Amino acid sequence: MDLEEELCAGEWGNSSSGNELTKELSSDHPSYSDFSSQQCQQKWDNASMIGFGIGIETSFQGYGRPSVVQGGVPLSLNNQAKILGQEDVQMHDIQQTNKIPDWDPNAMLNNLSLLEEKIHQLQDLVQLIAGRRGQVLGQPDELVFQQQQLVTADLTSIIAQLISTAGSLLPSVKNTLPAVVPSTVQLGQPGRVNLAPELRMNDDVQPQKNGGSKTSEESNQTDMTGNYVAEHNNLLDEHELKDEEDADEGENLPPGTYEILQLEKEEILAPHTHFCAICGKGFKRDANLRMHMRGHGDEYKTPAALAKPHKDPGSEPVVIKRYSCPYAGCKRNKDHKKFQPLKTILCVKNHYKRTHCDKSYTCSRCNIKKFSVIADLKTHEKHCGKDKWLCSCGTTFSRKDKLFGHIALFQGHIPAIPLDEARGNVGPADHPTEIEATNKGSVNSVNFNFRSTTPGEAVAQDIMDLNGGLDDPTACFSPLNFENCNFGGFHEFPRPPFEDSESSFSFLLSGSCSYPPKTRGESSSNNLE
Amino acid sequence: MESSELRAMKKPKTEENLTNPFDLLSEELVFLVLDFLSENPFDRESFSLVCKYFYSVEAKHRKTLKPLRPKQLASVLTRYPNVTRLDLTLCPILTDASLAEISNACGSNLTSIDLSRSRFFSGAGLLNLALNCQNLVEIDLSNATELRDSGAAAVAEAKNLERLWLARCKMITDLGVGCIAVGCRKLRLISLKWCLGVGDFGVGLIAVKCKEIRSLDLSFLPITDECFPSILKLQYLEDLVLEGCFCIDDSSLEVLKCSCMSLKQKLDMSSCQNITHVGLSSLTHGAGENLQELTLSYVSPVTLALADSLGKLPRLQSIKLDGCPVTCAGLKAIGNWCVSLKELSLSKCSGVIDDGLSSLVTKHTDLRKLDITCCRQITYVSIAQITNSCTALTSLKMESCTLVPREAFVLIGQQCHFLEELDLTDNEIDDEGFPLSLILGGVKDYYVKQKTHPLFLCAGLESISRCSKLSSLKLGICLNITDKGVAQVGFSCSKLNELDLYRCTNITDSGISVIAYGCPDLEMINIAYCKDVTDNSLLSLSKCSRLNTFESRGCPLITSLGLAAIAVQCKQLAKLDIKKCSNIDDTGMIPLAYFSQNLRQINLSYTAVTDAGLLKLASIGCLQSLTILHLDGLTPSGLATALLACEGLTKVKLQASFKSLIPQPLLKHLEGRGCVFQWRDKVLRAELDPRCWKLKLEDIM
Repeated sequence: MDLEEELCAGEWGNSSSGNELTKELSSDHPSYSDFSSQQCQQKWDNASMIGFGIGIETSFQGYGRPSVVQGGVPLSLNNQAKILGQEDVQMHDIQQTNKIPDWDPNAMLNNLSLLEEKIHQLQDLVQLIAGRRGQVLGQPDELVFQQQQLVTADLTSIIAQLISTAGSLLPSVKNTLPAVVPSTVQLGQPGRVNLAPELRMNDDVQPQKNGGSKTSEESNQTDMTGNYVAEHNNLLDEHELKDEEDADEGENLPPGTYEILQLEKEEILAPHTHFCAICGKGFKRDANLRMHMRGHGDEYKTPAALAKPHKDPGSEPVVIKRYSCPYAGCKRNKDHKKFQPLKTILCVKNHYKRTHCDKSYTCSRCNIKKFSVIADLKTHEKHCGKDKWLCSCGTTFSRKDKLFGHIALFQGHIPAIPLDEARGNVGPADHPTEIEATNKGSVNSVNFNFRSTTPGEAVAQDIMDLNGGLDDPTACFSPLNFENCNFGGFHEFPRPPFEDSESSFSFLLSGSCSYPPKTRGESSSNNLE
Repeated sequence: MESSELRAMKKPKTEENLTNPFDLLSEELVFLVLDFLSENPFDRESFSLVCKYFYSVEAKHRKTLKPLRPKQLASVLTRYPNVTRLDLTLCPILTDASLAEISNACGSNLTSIDLSRSRFFSGAGLLNLALNCQNLVEIDLSNATELRDSGAAAVAEAKNLERLWLARCKMITDLGVGCIAVGCRKLRLISLKWCLGVGDFGVGLIAVKCKEIRSLDLSFLPITDECFPSILKLQYLEDLVLEGCFCIDDSSLEVLKCSCMSLKQKLDMSSCQNITHVGLSSLTHGAGENLQELTLSYVSPVTLALADSLGKLPRLQSIKLDGCPVTCAGLKAIGNWCVSLKELSLSKCSGVIDDGLSSLVTKHTDLRKLDITCCRQITYVSIAQITNSCTALTSLKMESCTLVPREAFVLIGQQCHFLEELDLTDNEIDDEGFPLSLILGGVKDYYVKQKTHPLFLCAGLESISRCSKLSSLKLGICLNITDKGVAQVGFSCSKLNELDLYRCTNITDSGISVIAYGCPDLEMINIAYCKDVTDNSLLSLSKCSRLNTFESRGCPLITSLGLAAIAVQCKQLAKLDIKKCSNIDDTGMIPLAYFSQNLRQINLSYTAVTDAGLLKLASIGCLQSLTILHLDGLTPSGLATALLACEGLTKVKLQASFKSLIPQPLLKHLEGRGCVFQWRDKVLRAELDPRCWKLKLEDIM
């Protein structure tokens, strides 16, 4: 613990002398990219830390996804990026400093140097964590946890400063709209930006200066972030419960009675078909698995064990194995308060892909529905086109009663008459696909423009209105759409799919409450200087 | 008409110097006059021909329009700019273009349109109508069997719609009805009778979305329990028709028990065969509090249990139990109900006997309408009891009560003075029983002269004014009736609208002429198989200018001359059946074609009409139905020409032998115009003796 405090103090000290480094800004780029790639490769054991990273990622998807997927408005996303992602901001700021220096360059330079320094700090910290990972193994759990907490707190505080400093650059940049396509690409990368803690922490930026009360404050912060994650998880859970076909809700194993295995993301996403029953590692070939099994102990070295891929169930004590999702904050993650383990590796794979991955498989029939698990796509394609129950809002239903329930619930929705029947007779409601197509362009761009111009409560309100007032095409084909609206606040129109709308709301609302965009950022950076 | 129009145009020119006396008459005053000219359409026409001013005022005043042919639609609509109700039942061919014309011409004036007899329009036309005529309150789309959901979606654009009939729109499904439910939120009445594609979902959505519904007709829909809860939540529902909903059973009615609704004034569950007294008893638990009319025809046996379960309905006024097996105990239990029924129908109920019926009617003394058609077991006792206790009866239907002796009918006339409707078809009534009591009340021997002095008539009418309210009298197959009796009806029942003398074989011209003289309001008369009737009868009947339905089947003495008289005088004639009037030939068709421009339906089978006569008829624009079986003088080419010329035909019944003789493309063309052919291959049969025919009927029962 002492070690960490020293470390932090040292970093804070460094920060004041960061001005000298201003001129090395351009050379800073490579290191930055190194840093992010490094981070990606890290195997994080620190759950809360991952939680931060992922928390922002998901909330960010709320903005990023529609525009990226539909190619609607890369321009307006720029401002989003400034608010959300510090690294991006920094990058753009750098670009802009080079391009249009028509504001106070000195202040700008100061800020930028500060940013650079912060990034170095961050880098150091991360490297420290990476280095420490090996030692951690031997230590008692409690101690490890405390240390992790502290490191996390440091990370968050640095990042908070980074953001606030970056935020001070904002107004001057606002008028210029550089092409930010690269940034949108980066947005998809995990573990890069830690925003969630920052949102909660703006009120607590000062305490980090007073080293004395640091720990308590920090723990508070982490608690709060924990809350945030939990909140977010609840939303995710709703989604998951419905989506998870192999959900094991009935099972109620008391914690501790089973062994938890958590595979890494890469492991899960690898196209393996053979998995180690002990550690969960996957292999492409069974032979490789068998070779791997030898490493687990002598009993696997026997010719019988090598010949027979499956071990005899009665031969050894039965340890119930359950799996944890590596995605922090997920209900299936072992650190979640209401952790619900996954039963098999296959469950893990499917769960992870469905819940935390992009839906890259598009139905070739309707070109609308997307899936992350190929089996889901195939199941869908079997029935695609048979979803003949269509609402004027574009939502399709496989069952007539669902359609009529939907129509009974919402004002102004009418059943859409199938096109083949309505030939010649163009009723206004007869062409849901057209409606949808027109909405696709307009709604999203409107959404984005609103968000980028004026952050704050008004924006959130606007977005809510927009979501309520227009049919968001992303909502049209969400299988969850109907159910969501049942318990959601809006009874007028369907909302976008769950993840997107909720997370974007929660972000904007929390942002509007606790994030003073400009002044606070300046003051904090001044303080630091 | 055209010539008189011309005259009206010319007049002002020739008399320009003179001041027009009508200039002093304001439009409002003329409107007031016109308000009283509503009964006979020809009155208005005459009125408009008085002068240019009247013509224009009448055009402005007219609110309802019933065009005879779709072709004139455009000009007619420009002439009458203020039309709000458009009855297109005489325009069988109505394309989207016509609907566009209408919607452009009428615009927001139009509140009501009847398309129930029209075809060939689609959803596009309806959409046009709905969008242009935003004030449409009423649309009748019954029989639009081709109409699909897209059409229903178009109707849904008529946001102010309050009444909508979709009977027999078989192609419409839940989706279409769903569109209507969402679009037409102000609906008060909707009829979905025979919309076989509509089920629980559509009906449920109507109930959820259209909260204003007063009247809901769901007859013959495949609906089940599922839509019931939402229907029962309709706050204003008054009239619910569930006829022939076979999927509804006692358990569906369970919902009634729990629901706190006390709405419906009328409930029709006829032919819902899965309902028993158990289900009906749930009606009495709260739900049926305001129920006034209940129809349970062909539902379940009227037993003690059923009668008891319905006995607690506090406001019931009318119950129809047609076709249900009835027990004596059940009838007696109905007699013990605390409410006094105003209307009771036991038509075709088996098991109605004197004992039960008598005890029933003694309690329900307030009965206004009683239907005991085909209660073949009742006798004098029942009739005596009915006439004794139910003196306020306005309607009595007792067709084929064959055991009721002739003396019983005397009682009807003596006691029931308020009768307006009396159906004595196929009964033993004779002159003695019938006229003495019913009409003349004591004047026994009345010599009928064709032209009796009016004063004398008045005196006679005055003395028997008690029964003067009779408007519908059916005496079909009452073989004992003679001229004497019918003449007395003619003297007394001046308000008679409808007279059925089918197979009253003893009737001759003298009887008919008294009817014609005494009943100027006569609209419908049937003298089929009164084989002694001659042209004289028709000449006298031609005085009844309101006559619209005339049937004289099997009157071989009638000739074209008599028919001509009817044609010239009775301009409202719409239905004419002169089958087997073998002496009517082409000469009869000429005046018919000339004067009876309202003729819609004609039966010429077995007459002497030939090609020429048929071709003449083609000039009747609104002729829709034509039956021409066994016309000896008809040739295929003549028939083809005539059919081609009759543009409005929708139904033609003709000899099957012609099917191969008429060019197929022509038939196709005619069918494309909306004409349905019914090919018959009937062999000519000799007419049976009426009495033996009646014996046959008795054998059947």
